[in-house]
Amino acid sequence: MSGTYLGMPAFPEAAATATANGRLRANLTHATHTIRDKRAAAVGELTDWAALRAAGAAVKDRTLRHLDHYLTQAEEAVTAAGGTVHWAADAREANRIVTRLVRETGEREVVKVKSMATQEIGLNAALAGAGVRAYETDLAELIVQLGDDLPSHILVPAIHRNRQEIREIFTERMADWGRPAPVGLSDRPGELAEAARLHLREKFLRAKVGISGANFLVAETGTLVVVESEGNGRMCVTLPETLISVVGIEKVVPTWRDLEVYLQLLPRSSTAERMNPYTSTWTGTTDSDGPRAFHLVLLDNGRTDALADTVGRQALRCIRCSACLNVCPVYERAGGHAYGSAYPGPIGAILTPQLRGTTSEVDASLPYASSLCGACYEVCPVAIDIPEVLVHLRERVVQGGPATVRGQRTRLKPAKGHAAERAAMRAARWALDRPGVLRAGQRVAARTRRLHPGRLPGPGRAWTDTREVPAVPAESFRDWWRRTGGREDR
Amino acid sequence: MSSRDLVLGRIRRALADVPLTEEPADVHVPRDYLSTHAPADATEMLAEHLADYRALVHRTDAAGLPGLVADLLAARGAQTVVVPPGLPPEWLAAADAARVADAAETTARELDAVDSVVTGCALAIAETGTIVLDGSPDQGRRRITLVPDHHICVVRVPEQVVDSVPQALPRLAPARPLTWISGPSATSDIELSRVEGVHGPRTLEVVLLRG
Ligand code: SF4
Repeated sequence: MSGTYLGMPAFPEAAATATANGRLRANLTHATHTIRDKRAAAVGELTDWAALRAAGAAVKDRTLRHLDHYLTQAEEAVTAAGGTVHWAADAREANRIVTRLVRETGEREVVKVKSMATQEIGLNAALAGAGVRAYETDLAELIVQLGDDLPSHILVPAIHRNRQEIREIFTERMADWGRPAPVGLSDRPGELAEAARLHLREKFLRAKVGISGANFLVAETGTLVVVESEGNGRMCVTLPETLISVVGIEKVVPTWRDLEVYLQLLPRSSTAERMNPYTSTWTGTTDSDGPRAFHLVLLDNGRTDALADTVGRQALRCIRCSACLNVCPVYERAGGHAYGSAYPGPIGAILTPQLRGTTSEVDASLPYASSLCGACYEVCPVAIDIPEVLVHLRERVVQGGPATVRGQRTRLKPAKGHAAERAAMRAARWALDRPGVLRAGQRVAARTRRLHPGRLPGPGRAWTDTREVPAVPAESFRDWWRRTGGREDR
Repeated sequence: MSSRDLVLGRIRRALADVPLTEEPADVHVPRDYLSTHAPADATEMLAEHLADYRALVHRTDAAGLPGLVADLLAARGAQTVVVPPGLPPEWLAAADAARVADAAETTARELDAVDSVVTGCALAIAETGTIVLDGSPDQGRRRITLVPDHHICVVRVPEQVVDSVPQALPRLAPARPLTWISGPSATSDIELSRVEGVHGPRTLEVVLLRG
């Protein structure tokens, strides 16, 4: 992954550009609507969904309120089962630990299964800096990596690419990374998947080091759980001699039994299946089956700052199902890249400003990337009240107040130089996404100035309206991005 | 200060609102969800849900099993088949394919040249259409059901079938590496059209063996 989120434009600017890209919009609309409808059917099959959802929220709340207890319990259990546990306070430390572990094996390449935590910390770039090549093995991640691109959706990171583009990327780029694409590759999804299978199999069979994240970490048993569809996860956690799993501290759940809740909630919410094709669980190492060495890296990187916020804390319940993205009218129009982090959509809008703080313009603008329509809360399998957290974070941006930043309690000043007002204004301007209204910036600004952050829905109300897209520009979002690096005025 | 102490210290400060006397168990978790959605016939539901996700489902009894397995292997044109150490020998009694042992020294590359694998399972879950492998002697190491392209899995019905995920977990040992399989590997990453088979076995055949 050579792409980076650093220097991304603030949400409204990035979103305005993405919104104007007709193809991206069409792909996203098709994708989000398809998953949305299927999810509703899968959830409808379970008459006790509301009870499962309440339990899913409560188990996470119990865990978060006693996180130190459960983490030390997990550490003990993993260690007893033959694993080694490392603690990383921030991204840099996690990258340093993983890089050192890979180097100690003497290997120069690793296979990776899709992991948001490693995306968040920019692990691939850190490894590349140390001369280690990280191969993404999830089909969508492969498309993203070969296309020198950034993921745009939690579950389907290449949702912004259609089959012709994927064929092109494979034909042009696979040879640079290993086995070339078959000659005469068509754009049939089956053929494209076969090309990926052949390309990646080479790497799986020789891989000595695998890197993963985890969906869950069971404290009482020290068991890690990876939920997936393609089998690349199984390859990465089974075939290599060394396995390194980078796991956010909020992924812990107290008991083995608790999985009965999440293994029902997660597949139906995310891929809209009764169960995803493959779920792997492992506890430390197993004699003569799978990796001989297992390392667990527990990652903070801002999570404890979110934990310190009694309103924002609930964001740490998230099980990364992506249901909230698929129902979000803002995400549908803006696309994942506009959120400027590994976490797009409504969850990104509340998680990123808490993990990174609200001092940068993009992060300060994220809490405004919503109409507060509440659809995200409705579908969230762990009942995160995303609108509540958004309003809370808007207040923090505008009025300042107590917060914890990198473990230190501090009092944030109201955003400087009217940055917050600008963020709100831009969000509003983008919401009323018509060329005529765009030009009438002054009028919109005057309206938002009086807007008290607690008194919303506010400017974003317009999201729920369906609007005409502006004419499709000759240049795609990606091309524009490449050329300008995200500066709107170029 | 170690990073461990740093992170744990941050967590404790972050949880200043949690009373010191509060125990984890004091946080109430309502468990009034169902332990089963009570399928009328769990085996039938299993068959249906497996088929929904494009696993091929067959039914037989002890007398018919060797012939069925032999036919399935022959229909694939399988020349070689991996055999876990504890697979009942009669399951493969009628099959022609050359046996490959599940040995510690076999490399992944060697397994990649093998056509098929035949295993038992730890249990199967009707509501989700899932078979679970736990590495017992009739299932072997995880990689033998991963690298070959064709997996035949025998489920003893009805005794190995549970209704639901809540019924499955207490019967599984967390210390063992588990693989839950619900249909062949699949991806929907290309315009959301489902394609069977990326990295795991592209063909999954489940034999329901009535005792
Ligand atoms: S916030 Fe809720 S709906 Fe969104 S990804 Fe997380 S768990 Fe899923």
